[in-house]
Amino acid sequence: MSEPLLKVRGLKIGATVYPPDAKPHKIEIVHGVDFELEKGKVLGLIGESGAGKSTIGLSALGYGRGGVELTGGEVWVNGRDILQGGIGDLRKLRGAEVTYVAQSAAASFNPAKKIMEQVIEAAVSQGKFSKSDAEAKARLLFAKLGLPDTDNIGSRYPHQVSGGQLQRCMTALALCPEPDLVVFDEPTTALDVTTQIDVLAAIKDAIRDTGVAALYITHDLAVVAQVSDDIMVLKMGEMVEYGPVDQIINHPQEEYTQALVSVRSINHEEKAPQEPILRVRNITARYRGTKFDVLHDVSVDISPGQTLAIVGESGSGKSTLARVITGLLPPSGGSIEFVDRTLSPDQPSRSREDLRELQMIYQMADTAMNPRQTVGTIIGRPLEFYFGMKGAEKRKRIAELLEEIEMGDGFIDRYPAELSGGQKQRVCIARALAAKPKLIICDEVTSALDPLVADGILKLLLNLQKREDVAYLFITHDLATVRAIADSIAVMYQGKVVRYGTKSEVLSPPFDDYTDLLLSSVPEMKLGWLENVIATRKMESAGN
Amino acid sequence: MHPILKLVSQRLALGLLLLLAASALIFVGTQILPGDVAQSILGQSATPEALANLREELGLSEPALSRYFSWLGSAIQGDLGVALTNGQDIATSMGRRLGNTLFLAFWAAVISVPLAIFLGLLAVRYKDRWPDKLISGVTLASISIPEFLIGYVLMYFVGVKLGWAPSVAMINDSMSLGEKLHAIALPVTVLTLVVLAHMMRMTRAAILNVMQSAYIETAELKGLSSFQVIARHAFPNAIAPIVNVVMLNLAYLVVGVVVVEVVFVYPGMGQYLVDHVAKRDVPVVQACGLVFAAVYICLNMVADIVSILANPRLRHPK
Repeated sequence: MSEPLLKVRGLKIGATVYPPDAKPHKIEIVHGVDFELEKGKVLGLIGESGAGKSTIGLSALGYGRGGVELTGGEVWVNGRDILQGGIGDLRKLRGAEVTYVAQSAAASFNPAKKIMEQVIEAAVSQGKFSKSDAEAKARLLFAKLGLPDTDNIGSRYPHQVSGGQLQRCMTALALCPEPDLVVFDEPTTALDVTTQIDVLAAIKDAIRDTGVAALYITHDLAVVAQVSDDIMVLKMGEMVEYGPVDQIINHPQEEYTQALVSVRSINHEEKAPQEPILRVRNITARYRGTKFDVLHDVSVDISPGQTLAIVGESGSGKSTLARVITGLLPPSGGSIEFVDRTLSPDQPSRSREDLRELQMIYQMADTAMNPRQTVGTIIGRPLEFYFGMKGAEKRKRIAELLEEIEMGDGFIDRYPAELSGGQKQRVCIARALAAKPKLIICDEVTSALDPLVADGILKLLLNLQKREDVAYLFITHDLATVRAIADSIAVMYQGKVVRYGTKSEVLSPPFDDYTDLLLSSVPEMKLGWLENVIATRKMESAGN
Repeated sequence: MHPILKLVSQRLALGLLLLLAASALIFVGTQILPGDVAQSILGQSATPEALANLREELGLSEPALSRYFSWLGSAIQGDLGVALTNGQDIATSMGRRLGNTLFLAFWAAVISVPLAIFLGLLAVRYKDRWPDKLISGVTLASISIPEFLIGYVLMYFVGVKLGWAPSVAMINDSMSLGEKLHAIALPVTVLTLVVLAHMMRMTRAAILNVMQSAYIETAELKGLSSFQVIARHAFPNAIAPIVNVVMLNLAYLVVGVVVVEVVFVYPGMGQYLVDHVAKRDVPVVQACGLVFAAVYICLNMVADIVSILANPRLRHPK
């Protein structure tokens, strides 16, 4: 058998960390990983954040992000150990033999330059093609990736195309120099499910047609199952399991892999609707200075102690609805009735009681907490503000709340920077609970978290609901989360509620077109799922 | 209307409004000084009758508001009045002085702006290594030393000891461009040293800020050299803050050169202003103030407009 394209042996990667209360020191984040990749094959790297998957992916380009250093081992590309050469040799490799597709194309394209200029830059500056050849090649790739108006899209600026289109442009950028290996780093994670499926299919076709090998990095096992030949599962910088995709998905050996495969198995019995505590009636809203309504005649109810999930793509108006309910954006029409009263449309004129009974938890726990306050101060603030608690009484209540979120009072004097992502979100939950609310608005609270951590948060939210009888308005784009937690569901599309009812009603056929598209776009952990969906959709569109 | 045109015309209108406000401030400022022009012309020993006569003659007995509008009206038409001390037309004598100041500022800018940006790029390229530290140290030292001291030191060593450049920067119309440049070599050097640090440090900071962006990583992973990454990918996104600080320094080159002009006895606006402040020639001081304000506002307006134009989101809306 011939020499593999990429051979990694005993790869060790270190980083310098700057903890808040200690001296900067070096730690090892990848502890000796081995794998290889044949020409034209796709290896999926999967794991939670901090597993080292991106770091390992970037090592194929000899690159360490931030203070990351490749400290040991060998990385052979095309029969050369790239860690042995200097930066000059690496520059010849990058953008020519190995290229990279980043997670956020929106951030990874230079906003000041036209798309075409950036797509062909590597191929031209590496001397692989002349400018006109590279442009012709780029246009072919644009067509292959299903981009519209392939002749002119290159002369646009990145902000002038949509997120899904830009992610395809990024793939074209990586394929343009005809590399031997492409590292895809979570290329569809930032996209809506209905966009993700198209980009995923485009990437898969492009890999097959060009015969390029790929490292496909993702935290979503269902996605990686669609594109990979082999999968390597990573945890904390170590390999957990490595094998053909069929074995990993259908017969996982290790406990950790089994947990990843069976994630989202929460079974939540739907409760029957009751006399609602929140009635949203015919809400229409627009942002100041704009000419278009972002919400059109939205009406939903929330029963006490139950969960209403609002599901939809980005831009569908989910978060705007939350802003209207909290009074941050006064609506141009409609009303909001809470328990026995009508809420004032704007937040400053609401009573303290209104504010207390309606709390909010945000997507980015990081930015929702003051980094210079301790956990105790953060949770203590609503206790002071709403209940006038002080001293020992307050401290006792904070400890109780920390106990409720399964963290314990040892965290009371810690700063947010010392917590993990899941712990930060738990502190935000405790802060919301401290006010003893009747309703908590949860805005994409698990979207930034790893699947297993997100699972933990969802279980916690369900337990708290049982204990405290609090209702949730749960905003998410993730249908698996909806299945796990909702009692009723409202599907939003372009500012309208297109489908609304109990969970069982909304999730059973017959579907409207949009709900059908949304449901069928959620990746399933089955081999060949992507091909089936694409084939079904082609048949349907041919039938029409 | 293209959003850019709208933004730019907003800036222009705002600039004009600001200039109007500045003219009012200048006028009020010169009015609230104790004593008036008549008093300062005739001196402490003037009789009340003589003062009253002169005030009548100069139109000082009219209400301040109407004097302001007549002053502003003629200033808009290019008539800045006559100097009290020598009876010369201010616009004519200031025109030549302003030309000289702009000449000096222009050459200082031609040298300092590209040099500052180049040094800023160099400092980013060798961040935290010795070239960065050397550039930062030298420019910081040059900005910390008062400009008149740099002026005298250069005058002594370069002008007197080495004799490379004249230590007094006198220029007149009969000189050729080369002779003029030779004459202003020292003040240009001093001005360059003074404004260099500010612009260079801002360039460095703005580019370093951009270097954190994900698209810089994309550029590095294309195998581009460090300098290509900085010049092609980082610099275009750092233009707005750099232009702002460049314009502030250009404004300083016109408005703030008073000290340097006096040190080198250069026949520019600064000399002119200082001379007439000493003589309490209020119309000249007002005229100089107005011109300085106009220059300052114009340059900052240019900076704003360039920042707007440098933003691709505004230049190419969806």
